[in-house]
Amino acid sequence: MTPSEIVDLLGRTFDQALLDSKTEGVLNSWALVAPDRLRDIAFFCRDDERLQFDSLMCLSGMDHGAGILGVVYHLDSTPLGHRIVLKVKVPAADPRVPSVEAVWKCANWQEREAYDMVGVVFDGHPDLRRILLPEDWDGFPLRKDYQVPEYYNGMKVPS
Amino acid sequence: MLSDFGQVLVFFLLGIVFVAAGLAFAWLIRPHRPYPSKLTSYECGEEPLGNTRGRFNIRFYVVTLIFLIFDVEVVFLFPWATVYKSLGWFAYVEMLVFLGILFVGYAYVWRKGDLDWDRPAPLLPRYEKGVGVREEALAEEELSLS
Amino acid sequence: MGLLDQRFENGNVFITTADNLLNWARLSSMWPMQFGLACCAIEMMATGASHYDLDRFGIFFRGTPRQADVMIVAGTVTLKMASRIKTLYDQMAEPRYVLSMGSCSNCGGPYWEHGYHVLKGVDRVVPVDVYVPGCPPRPEALMEGLMKLQDKIRRESLVKPAPLPHAAADRA
Repeated sequence: MTPSEIVDLLGRTFDQALLDSKTEGVLNSWALVAPDRLRDIAFFCRDDERLQFDSLMCLSGMDHGAGILGVVYHLDSTPLGHRIVLKVKVPAADPRVPSVEAVWKCANWQEREAYDMVGVVFDGHPDLRRILLPEDWDGFPLRKDYQVPEYYNGMKVPS
Repeated sequence: MLSDFGQVLVFFLLGIVFVAAGLAFAWLIRPHRPYPSKLTSYECGEEPLGNTRGRFNIRFYVVTLIFLIFDVEVVFLFPWATVYKSLGWFAYVEMLVFLGILFVGYAYVWRKGDLDWDRPAPLLPRYEKGVGVREEALAEEELSLS
Repeated sequence: MGLLDQRFENGNVFITTADNLLNWARLSSMWPMQFGLACCAIEMMATGASHYDLDRFGIFFRGTPRQADVMIVAGTVTLKMASRIKTLYDQMAEPRYVLSMGSCSNCGGPYWEHGYHVLKGVDRVVPVDVYVPGCPPRPEALMEGLMKLQDKIRRESLVKPAPLPHAAADRA
C-alpha cells in the first residue's frame, strides 16, 4: 500500500483521531494522531491484514519547544514491505501517552529511554524507570530548557 | 641414617617452612593500610546485596558420599596389593569377600538411581507465530494449559 | 603489618638494594585490572594481543581488583560509572596505580563541552599516575605509558618521603 492509502485507511477507521498527515515531498510519510486513541490505532496497525505493521523500528521522544513534547513511532511491515511514521504531541505540563508495550514488546525499553531523556510518561507501561541515567538523576536532559547540574554526588559535572 | 619415616618427616617440615617463610616475608614487606571502603565485599563496584551463602544441588553431596566410601575401599586395597602374593590364597579370598560385600552395596546404589545425574529441566522459550496474535489470547492459552 | 613500609628515615645500602629488588619485582609483574569502558578498550585489547603483546612485560589482566596492581581506565567515564570506579579503586590493594588511557578519561575528551553525563577526567574521582593521550592512543602509546609507569615504580623507596619544601617551612 502506498503511504497515502495507509493514511486514508487510518483516517477512515479512526475518524476523529487523525489530526494531520504529510505524504508528499517527505522521505518518511507521517500521520499525527491523537494520544488517547493511540493504543487502538497501534493494535489496528499491527493486526489488520492490509497493514500488518509487525515491527516497531524506532520509538523516539522529542521536545518540539514551546511546551510541547512528542513521541515518534516508525512502523515497518515485514510481510508487505511498507512503512509509516506515527506522531503524537502532548503538552509538557502533562506529558502522558498510552504505552504500546502490549503491541510491540521492543517498545518496553524504547519507552523507558523516551521517559529518561525527555520525560514523557507512558500509561500502562509495566516498568517505567530510567534506563540510561542513574536512578537519582534530576531532570530530563534532551529537553530544550535543560540546565546541566553543577555537582552530582560530589563530582563536578561541567568541564 | 634417618629411618624412612624420618625422611618423610623432614620433607614435611621443609614444606611447611617453605610456605611459611614466603608468607612471613610477604607479611613483612607489604603495606597494610585498611580503611572501611577497602574492606567491603567485591561486587563489580556496586553495593553488595544479599548474602554470599550459595546453595548447591543435593546431587553433588550424593556423589561425594558414594565416592568417599569407595575411595576408602581403594585405600584398603593398596597395602593388600603389595603383600598379598606372600600371604597366599587365604588373603586373596578374604579380599574378594570384602570386595563382594562392597559390590552388593554398589549394585544397590546403582539400582536405586543414586548414581543418576539429575539435571534441572530446561526452560523452553515461548514464542508466538504469525502476525496479530493478541496478548489477551496468549494469556487465555496459558490459563487453559496450566 | 608492613614492618618495612616507609618506616625508615635515612637510606643505606641495604635499603637501596631492597628497594631495587622490590621495585624490580613490582614493575616486572604489573597486573592490570581490566577496565575497558569504550573504544580505548579495543586498543587495550590490541596491545594485549599477540602483535604488540603485553605479556612480555609481565602484564596480564586480572578480573578482580583484589589481585590487581594497576587500573587502566580505558574509555569514557560517565557519572554513573564514576562511583563504581571509586569503589573499585578503593578495593584494590596497595601498591596500586592508575593509568588514564585516552582523551575521555584524561579530560573528558570530545564530550568536554556538552556532555551532561560525562566525567571530565577520571582524576576527579581517583588519583592518576600516568596519562596517555590519544583518541584512541595507539598500542605503542599505551606501551610507552606503561613503561613510564614502570619508571615511576623504579623510583619508589622504602624510605619515608621528605615533606615538600613549603610544607617543611610551615612545620618549622
